[in-house]
Amino acid sequence: MDDKAKLRESFEKAAAKNAPKPPYFKHGFAAFTVGGGICVFAQFLINTFQSFGMTYSEASATETIVVIFITGLLTALGLFDRIGRVAGAGTFVPITGFANSIVSSAIEFKAEGWIFGLGGNMFKVAGPVLVYGITSSWVVGIVYYLYLLVA
Amino acid sequence: MARKVGEQTVYFDNKITIAEVSSAVGPMEGNGPLGKDFDLVFEDDCLGESTFEKGECMMLRKCVENLLRKGKFTQSDIDLIIGGDLLNQIITTTFAAENFDMMYWGVYSACSSFSEALQIASTAIEAGVVKRAVACSSSHFSTAERQYRNPLELGSQSKATAQRTATASGAVVLQAGGSGPVITGMTIGKIIDFDRKDAADMGTAMAPAAAHTILTHFKDTNTSFADYDMVYTGDLAKVGLGILSDMLKMHGYDPSGRLNDCGHMLFDCVKQHADCGGSGAGCSSSVFCGHIFPKLKNKELGRILFVPTGALLSTVSSYQKNSIPCIAHAVVIENKKDKK
Repeated sequence: MDDKAKLRESFEKAAAKNAPKPPYFKHGFAAFTVGGGICVFAQFLINTFQSFGMTYSEASATETIVVIFITGLLTALGLFDRIGRVAGAGTFVPITGFANSIVSSAIEFKAEGWIFGLGGNMFKVAGPVLVYGITSSWVVGIVYYLYLLVA
Repeated sequence: MARKVGEQTVYFDNKITIAEVSSAVGPMEGNGPLGKDFDLVFEDDCLGESTFEKGECMMLRKCVENLLRKGKFTQSDIDLIIGGDLLNQIITTTFAAENFDMMYWGVYSACSSFSEALQIASTAIEAGVVKRAVACSSSHFSTAERQYRNPLELGSQSKATAQRTATASGAVVLQAGGSGPVITGMTIGKIIDFDRKDAADMGTAMAPAAAHTILTHFKDTNTSFADYDMVYTGDLAKVGLGILSDMLKMHGYDPSGRLNDCGHMLFDCVKQHADCGGSGAGCSSSVFCGHIFPKLKNKELGRILFVPTGALLSTVSSYQKNSIPCIAHAVVIENKKDKK
């Protein structure tokens, strides 16, 4: 085939024609309902804990622990990835996504040993979130401090 | 001696026969549309081993052991074992080959490793370097997922173009002479890279490589789809197969009814949640050994062009934002009564 340009032209045409359209509405709906459901459930937990006499911050911290525990358990049982496959951002954005990323990495790399496997790779997915999450909150903190000085 | 025709095609003078085949697959492939065609279906995709990597290695080992048993060969009957897989430093093939007292060549051509192994083994037999060789390839969903993508239990959504790596192995015995389907020629692929960078859309990236090899083969040999009962690609899956078909039509060849893809046949994509279809080095070899070879043997198919495709990327090249170099190697396999 001497005419690669012709091959490329036919490829670009065929690729554009055959490109599947991502089901945005279906994904959006699933993310909205599941993500929203997780938030409603978390709020229910906070209200319940408050009714037991906890302060708001105590109840909120306990709720986080409960949601992380449930996520970790579902991940270990091999169920969370099936939920995540449907829910997408709905389970990935709340703290469930963070917990899942750490537990799944820990399970995954246990095969390479406790130190270099599990220890070295547990934060493989969550690591970037921590690095840039902490860095950006630090930057925002400084900006806020300077704002307070001026105001 | 082998004769080169045209740009990239070679005909063999010796009768390079596929004497025996063997296939082994995991549970999901076993439940798929071709499930009944495979020799060995393992319900446990770890095969009782402690890790997925060891499980994949055991799957390939059992596949080759089954091959020798089926063909009534002893290890000393085979000169050479040649094969490849997807894992770094092709550990599956190497650690499986360790169990066999044969000369060993490891090859890597991603999902087209099987056709590269067939081509090199055929060349070696044609040249008289070896008399009989085993060519094989393997892939495993869980080991590939670990190496190329995310942890298995990570709850992430797959893209609309994603494919599922097949948990599968396939192996064949090639020999000079004897009865059975014959490898009469091959077209060695060239790397085609049309600047696709999405590692979750390899069907699209590989389609032009398949088109290039098929078109070159047709031109070199002055043939067309009419001269083949079927043309099988390796793992283009739904999207890639559609692109290839359209491309071939634009270049004046009508593939209707004579073009299919191993990855497209392996799974019931909707029912089995297999995205666009199967992929992986074991996809083409297992489907060839389990599904296509029996049809050649009983002469339901007289002449096929088998064109596994490979996406030659790595996680490093992806992270460094390189485009995906792709390749397709073709072999012509015939089983005609009136063979010279």
